[in-house]
Amino acid sequence: MKVELLWWEGCPSYPETLHDLERVLREEGVAADVDLVEVESDEQARSERFPGSPTVRLDGVDALPPSEAEPFSLTCRIYRLRDGRISATPDPEDLRDAVRRAK
Amino acid sequence: MNVGDQAPTFSLPDTDGQEHGPDGVTVVVFTCNHCPYALGWHERLLQAARDYRQVTFLAVNPNDAERYPTDSYEAMKERVRSDGGWPHPYLRDESQEVARAYDAKTTPDVFVLDADFRLRYRGAPDSDHRDPEQNATWLRTALDAVLAGAEVAEPQTDPVGCSIKWK
Repeated sequence: MKVELLWWEGCPSYPETLHDLERVLREEGVAADVDLVEVESDEQARSERFPGSPTVRLDGVDALPPSEAEPFSLTCRIYRLRDGRISATPDPEDLRDAVRRAK
Repeated sequence: MNVGDQAPTFSLPDTDGQEHGPDGVTVVVFTCNHCPYALGWHERLLQAARDYRQVTFLAVNPNDAERYPTDSYEAMKERVRSDGGWPHPYLRDESQEVARAYDAKTTPDVFVLDADFRLRYRGAPDSDHRDPEQNATWLRTALDAVLAGAEVAEPQTDPVGCSIKWK
């Protein structure tokens, strides 16, 4: 499985997402390295179809696609934890479900 | 701007066009419409404004609305309107001069000024944008000290949030 974490330095949330993602991959028995892709410009955001930081892609597909069409730009993504709270990082259990679907 | 420094005064328009600036003990929060950190802490900051009626709370949005239209003045007005009003003004810093004068870094970035407009606390509202039970405790602790005429025990924490979108 190809695993990518796209990030932008304007959001401090990607290290936590990387930690959660690597833990989920390990627990799910997926022997894949996470490719870190830094997005540095609006042009790159558009070409990468980057809806914000952090974005996890599994085999090129957004693991947690946004519910609404998000403009591709240098921004921070808004996630919801499973109990509805707003978060700058995805719920680890949502990442786990996405990894299971992609296996 | 360092803790103990004189904070710049300013006058910025709220979502009704009325001008506001620091007045007495004041909390200035740089914030915006689209950042998960700002949104996660938003209700806690509103509640702090309701609980500290004797304190002037000013939310300031300095983000570049050309690249980030969700932070436009119109979007700010719509947000306050759809929320049924806020307990404090939501100010537009179109020129970004106020954010630069305060050396604001993130949304949110919290500044507590005493009645002489000296900076007494700067940083995050509390330790976790995802945990409502934190209740903006760092901000509240700082306000309690300032209102009691005491030193703020921890006058500075790292602001945590989305970088301000400079022009």
